Amino acid sequence: MAKLAAVLATTHHPFYLKATTAPADQQIPEAPEWKRKVEAYRETLTRAEPEILVMVGADHFHQFFLDNYPQFLIGKAPRYDATFYNEEREFGIPKYVLEGHEDLSRFMHRGLLDRGFDFAFSDELKLDHSIICPIITTRPQADLPVVPIYTNIFAPPLPSPKRFWDLGRAIREIIDEYPSDKRIAAIGSGHLSLELGGPRQFRETGPDPEFDRQAIEWLSTGNIEAILANVTHESMARSGNATHGFMDLILMMGIAGPIKAVYADSLSLFHTMEAYITWYPEGATQ
Amino acid sequence: MSRYYVNKFLFTVDRDPELLRRYKEDPRALVTSWEQAIGPQLNSVEFSTVNGFTDAEREALINHDIVALFEMGAHFFLSLTIFIAIYDQDWTAKYGPLSFQRDFAKRLAHWEGRDYPPVGE
Repeated sequence: MAKLAAVLATTHHPFYLKATTAPADQQIPEAPEWKRKVEAYRETLTRAEPEILVMVGADHFHQFFLDNYPQFLIGKAPRYDATFYNEEREFGIPKYVLEGHEDLSRFMHRGLLDRGFDFAFSDELKLDHSIICPIITTRPQADLPVVPIYTNIFAPPLPSPKRFWDLGRAIREIIDEYPSDKRIAAIGSGHLSLELGGPRQFRETGPDPEFDRQAIEWLSTGNIEAILANVTHESMARSGNATHGFMDLILMMGIAGPIKAVYADSLSLFHTMEAYITWYPEGATQ
Repeated sequence: MSRYYVNKFLFTVDRDPELLRRYKEDPRALVTSWEQAIGPQLNSVEFSTVNGFTDAEREALINHDIVALFEMGAHFFLSLTIFIAIYDQDWTAKYGPLSFQRDFAKRLAHWEGRDYPPVGE
């Protein structure tokens, strides 16, 4: 059976690459610390020696639109292109081609359907920054095959926080059952409190620093009871109109299980809080 | 109100550099031509006859009216990304980094503390 070697949950900040590769005199003051924190976080993946990456993200109206928006979707392609024109334009993210892992995609898709998750699928998925940002930060050599999973955190009505947790649990079961000797890592990206296109955007901190502090504590202690008791679509909207991306971090904790993270770090940037959380499921090499 | 069609406009223009350029330079002409040629397209062969803008929506798009679009329930991400593409570079050169984004927020200050207009459901 396959080995789940590590589970990583992170925010995806599309400006990381641009901010840390600009000439030193043009970098924002936070850039050196940001780079140090990202590289320390990257090491939590590197030391798990992954061979396949299950990547969780959300399309930001790049490939999918309101004429046909999937709640949950899995990529089943042999390869995946990234990046979209308007992400190159806005964030300076370069193009990539990632290898897929068709066998695990098919096994995962069947396993999800069998567990009551009626996934959409795509044989021609192009990845956006929700998956490429974590590649840039945690596996910049982009050398491992990926199984991309997209969730809807963006186009209401959205699935519930509990549904994201349950989906994480199902993904975990399927990875555990996958008949392979490969080491699999799961990496998912989302948001803490975040405002986009609204009155609270681009302030000195994220729109709700108290939620951010609490959310990182919940994730790092594996406290799903507190999350499900406190986090609703309404409460997330009060913390920022794009805070629903937190549900992808809940999903990642679902893959790990209700256990303590071995690594938790954060960084307050000019309009958001970055979070870096790693769990090593029982028995994984650390 | 055709929130869907407003979002379709923002989505299709934002992802196409040539449409974006025309939307910046002559928004009225671009909105008119979008309504005729692009909005009804389902794909390169099939067309839909069921959507259209209200006058208020058309004017909001022509005027780059961020506040009106927010109040109509245009999707926050689409609205932010397209107007950053149009304004950010010029504003940064004049007033410094993030000046446009902060002004964008200021224009919506009257919504802080209230429930925002729904962007779906």
